[in-house]
Parts: sequence; structure tokens; C-alpha cells
Amino acid sequence: MSDALLAVDGLTKRFGGFTALNDISVSVGQGERLGLIGPNGSGKSTFVNCISGTLPIDQGSVTLGGARIDGLAPHQRTRLGLARSFQLPRPFGSLTVAENLRVPMLYAGRGGTDTEAELLEMVGLGGKAQQRPGDLTQVEMRKLELARAMAASPRLLVADEAMAGLSNSEVDEILVLLLRLNEQGVTIVLIEHIMRAVMAFSQRLVCLVAGRKVADGDPQDVIRNDDVLKAYLGE
Amino acid sequence: MSNLRFWACGLLLVLTGWLLGRLVSNEYAFFAGYSVLQYILLATAWNILGGYAGYVNFGTAAFFALGAYVSVALNKMYALPLPVLIVAGGVASGLVGLLMGSLTLKLRGVFFSIATLALAIVSQAVITNWEYVGGASGAYVLRPRMGPLGGSYIEYLFYTMLVMAVAAVALARTIERSKVGYGLSAIRDDELAAEASGVPTLKLKLLATVASGTLMGMAGAPLPFYVAYLDPPSAFNLAYAVNTIAMPLVGGTGTWIGPVLGAILLTVVQETAMVTISSAANLLIVGLLMVGFITLAPNGIVGMVRSLREGRK
Repeated sequence: MSDALLAVDGLTKRFGGFTALNDISVSVGQGERLGLIGPNGSGKSTFVNCISGTLPIDQGSVTLGGARIDGLAPHQRTRLGLARSFQLPRPFGSLTVAENLRVPMLYAGRGGTDTEAELLEMVGLGGKAQQRPGDLTQVEMRKLELARAMAASPRLLVADEAMAGLSNSEVDEILVLLLRLNEQGVTIVLIEHIMRAVMAFSQRLVCLVAGRKVADGDPQDVIRNDDVLKAYLGE
Repeated sequence: MSNLRFWACGLLLVLTGWLLGRLVSNEYAFFAGYSVLQYILLATAWNILGGYAGYVNFGTAAFFALGAYVSVALNKMYALPLPVLIVAGGVASGLVGLLMGSLTLKLRGVFFSIATLALAIVSQAVITNWEYVGGASGAYVLRPRMGPLGGSYIEYLFYTMLVMAVAAVALARTIERSKVGYGLSAIRDDELAAEASGVPTLKLKLLATVASGTLMGMAGAPLPFYVAYLDPPSAFNLAYAVNTIAMPLVGGTGTWIGPVLGAILLTVVQETAMVTISSAANLLIVGLLMVGFITLAPNGIVGMVRSLREGRK
């Protein structure tokens, strides 16, 4: 695919004798909304860590916008436009909410024009700029996590379970936020367990089971796929 | 505090120190003042790595003593002027910082701290066996009677330390408010998230280690002239490592003013105790103060003042 923003080819990751990811190939088009699902332990988070550089990969390649990025340090990938949010929010606790955004802006701003205030306004944290992350609620913390990823003006945002543990209405808030980001031209890979959210968000769905890709395609087809059903519901 | 006010205060401090020095005829005032300034410099240096980046260094004595021994060695070889010895001591300790940093900065938290402790022990063993600088029996350094600017040599040492301390605090403050400062704070709070935010964590940590080590080496370089007799047990004294950790903790880490307040408070308390009670009570008092602050005011004096101010609002 020539217009792929992110191309993962034959990615394999082993932990000792255990193969966590086995020959995974996925490509994500410019502006696409891709959902990544899979049961617990299927390798979703390992996949995120391998793409973002937190874990080194054993085989295969990762390219972003045509340039090889496997082998680069995580901060270099962020500077090239690959931002991630963490499954459990990891804010900079001693900095204010606004300063949390200033860090990626200073180090990976990539010429983005949004100011801290504009970004906070967009995610709905407008009045909280001077607070510390410790004073935020769970859903606000998730918003801060997304805003901080956005502060790096990414081309590709990998959102790792941005909605886990949130209430129904809070899930909707985050969903609206992600869709708005996508409209602004950010390609998004969403890793999520909440099927309602994944189905509402994704244009395409990839399913991992035990470190292998078992399905890749239209969301409606993927959730009817035999392998996917077997993995989630048993034989 | 605005930039202009900070620089004005720094300059004023140097001038006041110099003027007071001209008026004082008691040599003890310079000895005590030197000690306070030396600890302001050491605590500020420690805080750049320990307070800003959150990497606790137990090896202060190694960097400090290295600066002192480079001074002893070069003085024996060429009898160079003090500023040159200070630069040489700083460069040597900075290089050791770079070396240690590249070997150990991949270790996180307590493992890094243990490695720095090991560095202190290893370097003491090396110096103890280096005969040229006196080895285990120590080295006598002839302190000139007069300083090059007139007045006694102790007075000269005092001014030199005053200038270095003010410069170090200015450097720390500049770092704190710069892009590097934000990066170091991010590292302290969450290294993984910092890296994901584009912060080159390894590079910044190395930078902090080198800056911190260089300043500690510079602090140690005038020491041989101050004490006139230097042996490994006193140069690598545990008190240096304990004090430089205690001072930022008591004053408040994370800001430039914290180590300054902590250094002044603890040195004054210790000097007073040494004169009035006994010289052995020093570390006991530091230990008690440290325990007290950690349990009652974990963010130090700065944190205490800040929470009082916020409480009033």
C-alpha cells in the first residue's frame, strides 16, 4: 500500500521462549481510524510498545510515512509524529496540567500551532490548566493523557485503552474527542475492549489472538469471523 | 523572582560578602563562611541531578574528593593558580560524571544510587593507594600566607567560593526554567511518559550528571588549601554525602532556593553545635533534622512555605 502512514511488516516479538507477537503485518492508511481488539494477553499492549519503541522487536520492520522507525528510541519516534497514550494514565505529577502539555510541545512540537490553552479547551480541561494531575478525576486524567499525546502534533495517535474503567457517558465523551481529532487529520489506532466504542469508532478492525493476527477488515465482518468468535466465546 | 532582580541580588550578595570581608578581622568568620558557601555549592550541584531529575546520588564525596585531589596533584606538579586548579578539578569530576552516567543511568531508582555509592568506595580505594598525592598518610599543602588580592589566603578562598556558589545557583535556576528543566521534571515524574513525549531522557540525564559532577569537583578543588592537610578519610568523609542529600531535602528539592536554604540552615546548626556542644554531635543533628523534615514536611522549607501561602488563599 503506497498511501500507508504506518506499515508494520512481519513483526515478531519474543520474551525468552514465549512468542508474544508472531509475524504481524498491519498497515494503517493516512487519516484512517483503525480498531485493534483481542482477548486479554493476546499481545495488544506489546504491539503498542513495539511500535512506539518501548520494547525492541526481534524481527520485521516498522515504517512511518515511508521511513524505517524500528531501531529508533521512543522519543525519536514521537518527534517523527508517532504519539501514544498510556493504558493507565501516566501524568507528570509535579507539573501543572498546562505544563504537562508544555513538555511534548517543547520537545516534539513539530511546528504545531495549537497552544496549551487551545488543546486543553478542546479536550474539555479548559478551567484546569493550573491544577495538578493528582486533583483530576479519572476521566479528566484520560483527557489529559490524550491532550499530552496531541501536544506532540502527531500524524499517528496510538490510544491504548483510553476508555478502560470509564462510565458509559464518559466513554462517549472520549469517543467524541477521538472522532474530532480524526476529523482534524490525525490517523488513530484505538486499542480497546469496550466493543460498543470500538464498533462506533473503527473504519477497519484488526483482531489479535495469542500473538497472531486472525482477522483484518470491515468491523462487521471481523466480529462475525469464526476465529474471532472462537477466541472470545470458546468453541 | 524576576530575572533582573535575581541577578541584582546575586551581584549584591557578592559585593556585600566582599565588603563584610574587608571589615572583619576575625579569620574564623572566613572559615565558617567558606563552609556555608561550599555546602551551598555542593547542595545546588546535587539538586541538579537529585532534585530536578530525581536521581539520588550517594557519591558526592567521590566527585568532591576527586576535585580536591586533582588540585593536590597539579599543585605539586606545577604550583598553578587556584582558578586553574578549580577548572581542572571541575573537568576531571565532569568526565567521571560522564563515565559513571553512561555506565549507570540505565539503572533506575535505588539501583542508580547504589552504583554511586560504589563509585565513592572505589575512588577512595584508588586515592588511598596513589602515593603521589600522599596515599593513606595524606598530603600537606602549603597554604600561601597572602591571597593574590591582598588580605589573607583564607579570605581569598572565601571570595572564590562566594563567586562559585552564586554562579552555581544562577546556573541551577537557569536550568530549572529552561526546556531542559521541563525535561528533567518529566523524567523525575515518569521516565517512560517523558520518553513518549519526545524527551531524550538518556541525553538529559547525562547532561545533569555532568553538570552536577563538574560543580562538585569545583567545590572540592580549593579544599586542600582550606584544610592544609588532606587525607582520604577526611576528603571522602561520609558527612559530605549525607549533608548534600540532607540540605536539599530540608530546604526543598526541585527549586534552586531549596538547597540554598537547607545548606545555610544545616551548616549554621552544625557549626554552632561544633563550637558549643561537641564536634561529634554534627551528624546526629543532621540525621534528626532529616528524619523530622521527611516525616513532617516532606517538601522541605519551600514546600512548607508554599502550602502555608496556598492555605491562606
